[in-house]
Amino acid sequence: MSAPAADRVAFRPNWWTRAGWLLLLAYSAYALARLDFNAGRFLTGLDNGARFLDRMFPPRVAQADTLVNGLTESLEIAILASFAGIVLALPIGLLAARNLMPPWASWPARAVIALARSFHPVIVAILFVKAVGFGALAGICALVVASVGFIGKLFAEAIEEISLKQVEAIRATGASFMNVIAFGVLPQVFGRFIGFATYQLDSNLRNSTMVGIVGAGGIGGALFSAFQRFDYDFVAAILLSIIALIMVGEVLATWVRGVFLERGKVDEE
Amino acid sequence: MTAALAVRDLVKEYVRGTRVLDGISLEFAPAGLTAVIGPSGTGKSTLLRCINRLVEPTSGAIVFGGRDIAPLRGRALREARRQIGMVFQEYNLVERLTVMENLLSGRLGYVPAHKAWLRRFPQADIDRAFDLLDQVGLGGFANQRADALSGGQRQRVGIARAVMQEPKLLLADEPTSSLDPRTSVEIMELMREAGRRHGIPVIVNMHDVELSKRFADRIVGMSGGKVVYDGGAEGLGDDVLTAIYGGASWIA
Repeated sequence: MSAPAADRVAFRPNWWTRAGWLLLLAYSAYALARLDFNAGRFLTGLDNGARFLDRMFPPRVAQADTLVNGLTESLEIAILASFAGIVLALPIGLLAARNLMPPWASWPARAVIALARSFHPVIVAILFVKAVGFGALAGICALVVASVGFIGKLFAEAIEEISLKQVEAIRATGASFMNVIAFGVLPQVFGRFIGFATYQLDSNLRNSTMVGIVGAGGIGGALFSAFQRFDYDFVAAILLSIIALIMVGEVLATWVRGVFLERGKVDEE
Repeated sequence: MTAALAVRDLVKEYVRGTRVLDGISLEFAPAGLTAVIGPSGTGKSTLLRCINRLVEPTSGAIVFGGRDIAPLRGRALREARRQIGMVFQEYNLVERLTVMENLLSGRLGYVPAHKAWLRRFPQADIDRAFDLLDQVGLGGFANQRADALSGGQRQRVGIARAVMQEPKLLLADEPTSSLDPRTSVEIMELMREAGRRHGIPVIVNMHDVELSKRFADRIVGMSGGKVVYDGGAEGLGDDVLTAIYGGASWIA
């Protein structure tokens, strides 16, 4: 028996979705008005921007040693922070995996990860500048915190998705807990872990050029003071060298991924 | 005759009050292949996993190697477990490791963690692994990744991994259920061969009644968490099969 005509509707209108879209539109209009955003201001701004760009070219390396020292320091901050962050994130991520760990271990680990993720690296950098003083150490600490938060969370999630059948088979051989981790768990998540780690290296490289703005070392400090001196041609030189640095980082990350993943296994005998 | 393994009054309740295993008592001779048959959900897998304690029994005793291993914990449990090899329905190989690494994982109960992490296995284990690969017909596959193998090949690796443990007992949970008929026979031949060569008892959960008649020295029929038949293949008539599986229309 067929349903009455009134029930034969293939796509029911979803009033909640429609209300949601309307609300979003209304709020956008309200926020625009509140922030005094209008076409006139935007056009004047474009004009200013053009003059600013004009003063940036041609780029000029006003202080070569400041530039080179800043870039070197940024690179050092990024690599040290990534290394320390990855080493710390491994055990924390493992502890946070709820399918392997009892709640008394996973909850504290998850709290650490959540805390590490709650602030932007620049805010963490400000805190560390206050704690350990100006310089690269504060930047490294800030980016270690960011790395632990990011890799720890994704690593824990990757472990929670592994196949427990493979783990069961390793347990059945009488393997100790550490051996189960080494042969039953890590091989299943190793590839993804390398992906997270190289992504974080990339991200740390970007952030290491920024923490200097709040005094935590790296090229950011030089960039900020060049801005304040209106040395826009030097600003342009710094920006271009940051782009070059990021690209080098990209190549580095791709290379690392290739080394570990194209072999497709944990290690070579 | 002393039994190699004795299960006494074994009870398992996953949910309180619902007995998946309802007082199983069985003794296993030091040699021979026992097939455990019965409908799905009757507790065959649970029985096997209680023996090597992948599943905690609710009550009862598992006497293996001269002592009750049911209450063991920690190191003592792992030492009992490493003497029991297990083969799984879906092979349960570590997919991203090589065949050789999968075989050597059978030695993980003997190798300390720092050596296992660095893949420093004793040379004797490595030699043995190569010999076993030849025995199961996979010579030359040592460096292939496990996920590159076919089902039959994977199960051969699964058997070799279990034998790597030098077990005193071999368990297999429906080792042929994911395989085609011809490969199933080859796998069962390997299981029987492994038991005979090492002089150990083999317990195999099966769905295929004909295959179990062909390979088993003894057949245990389970239904509703209880043993309803225990004897040779010749005693497995239609009335017994009806008692195990219920109904009659499926018997050709």
